[in-house]
Amino acid sequence: MADWTPLALWQRLLALPNESRVKTVAVAVLVSAVSAVVVAGTAVTLRPLQEANRAAERQARLDAMIAELPGMADILTASGADSLETVIVDLRSGTVAEDLDPAGFDLRATAQDPATSTALAAVDDIAGIGRRPDFSRIYLVRVGEALRLLILPVYATGYQSTIHAYLALEGDLNTVAALSIVEQAETPGLGARVQDRKWLDLWPGKKIANEQGRVLISVVRGSGQTIYEVDGITGATRTSNAVTNMIRFWLGEHGYGPVLERFRRGEL
Amino acid sequence: MARLPKTVIDPIIDQNPIAVQILGICSALAVTTSLTTALTMSLAVIAVLVTGNLIISLIRNHIPTSIRLIIQIVIIASFVIVVDQLLQAFAFGISQRLSIFVSLIVTNCLVLGRAEAFAMRNPVGPSLLDALGNGFGYAVVLLIVGAIRELFGSGTLLGTQVLPLTTEGGWYPGLSLMLLAPSAFFILGILIWAIRSVRRAQVEPNEYPPAAEAREARS
Repeated sequence: MADWTPLALWQRLLALPNESRVKTVAVAVLVSAVSAVVVAGTAVTLRPLQEANRAAERQARLDAMIAELPGMADILTASGADSLETVIVDLRSGTVAEDLDPAGFDLRATAQDPATSTALAAVDDIAGIGRRPDFSRIYLVRVGEALRLLILPVYATGYQSTIHAYLALEGDLNTVAALSIVEQAETPGLGARVQDRKWLDLWPGKKIANEQGRVLISVVRGSGQTIYEVDGITGATRTSNAVTNMIRFWLGEHGYGPVLERFRRGEL
Repeated sequence: MARLPKTVIDPIIDQNPIAVQILGICSALAVTTSLTTALTMSLAVIAVLVTGNLIISLIRNHIPTSIRLIIQIVIIASFVIVVDQLLQAFAFGISQRLSIFVSLIVTNCLVLGRAEAFAMRNPVGPSLLDALGNGFGYAVVLLIVGAIRELFGSGTLLGTQVLPLTTEGGWYPGLSLMLLAPSAFFILGILIWAIRSVRRAQVEPNEYPPAAEAREARS
């Protein structure tokens, strides 16, 4: 007499009183299963679009920074449009990691994977990033043999977000060509002003280290007096300090120090 | 039939979820720094409210009471994720500016409130209208606050420069207080005061009258 076709089972399930244990479990399982399928389906279908959006965003910021560097457009047209070299460097040794493909490189994934990153001691971790990636993708422009521009991705923990930026150095490796903040979620109107054109325009021409090689560049309270100092942002002390620490960390021995050293010696 | 439109109209002013019930303020503060974000957030909330109410109302007769809140949250959370993913795919710039607040719609008391208070007890049609009405009510307040904050904070509306800023050579010095969360509280407060001055019925009785008044009332 029992009818075991799916439709009949379904009707019997619906007919059960709501408070019965079987129905409670069945409803919970069904709702979770359907929700899971909907969520997973959307996420998987839309992932390629989202990845493309993120990549386009990063590329647009990088392009915008290069386009705004004085004289850079001329250099690029003079030496052909594709003269921006992309290189993956190994931050432990300062050498080029030939076996990694620059196109598929993901700095954030690299920084999170224990296999490709190094935990930082608290005293060294002035940028507040916890783990430092062992590899990074840098960009360079050469005219002939001479290095004209080096673009380094950098990041640090700010007041309430991680600040991601590109720092462009001139060929002498001691002059800032540009700073471009590509991603941040600091306090709107205060810390978020690090992304303002006007503030970023203070950076080009600033020197990084003195003759002895000590890194002196910093964001100061009030107005910067020397060639190493950039005006601070009122009401955004923590964010300003984070930018200072970001640059000091990444140009120091745990950041791009070994890479810069090799560039100075002409080995790269 | 005359009853149905009331479920849509009522929540816009007389039962406005933000101004009268003071629900969903957290996101109202966070996303109203500009009109664009306020608009996107409103659309996202309306979408979640409508789809959530629709599904919950459809299966309302088969939701066991003991797990009804969990079921509602699971359904709402799924739609929030879907909306968030859609925004990240098709409106990437705006989804970056809204950052976490789209995902936080799931904790918005407004959405769960409507599901529990209305969709659980009413058929699909009225539930849909109720969701629309509450969504619009939320949107109206968000858009007003967003417009005021964007106009006086950065001198723009929907990104178009209306008041030329001094930093760009104009005459208007941007009021940066407007870009900070407290200003949303001020505007919301003024708005609620204005609505209650016109509609006296919304004024709540004073639950804790000052001692002197209480004595007078007793004697």
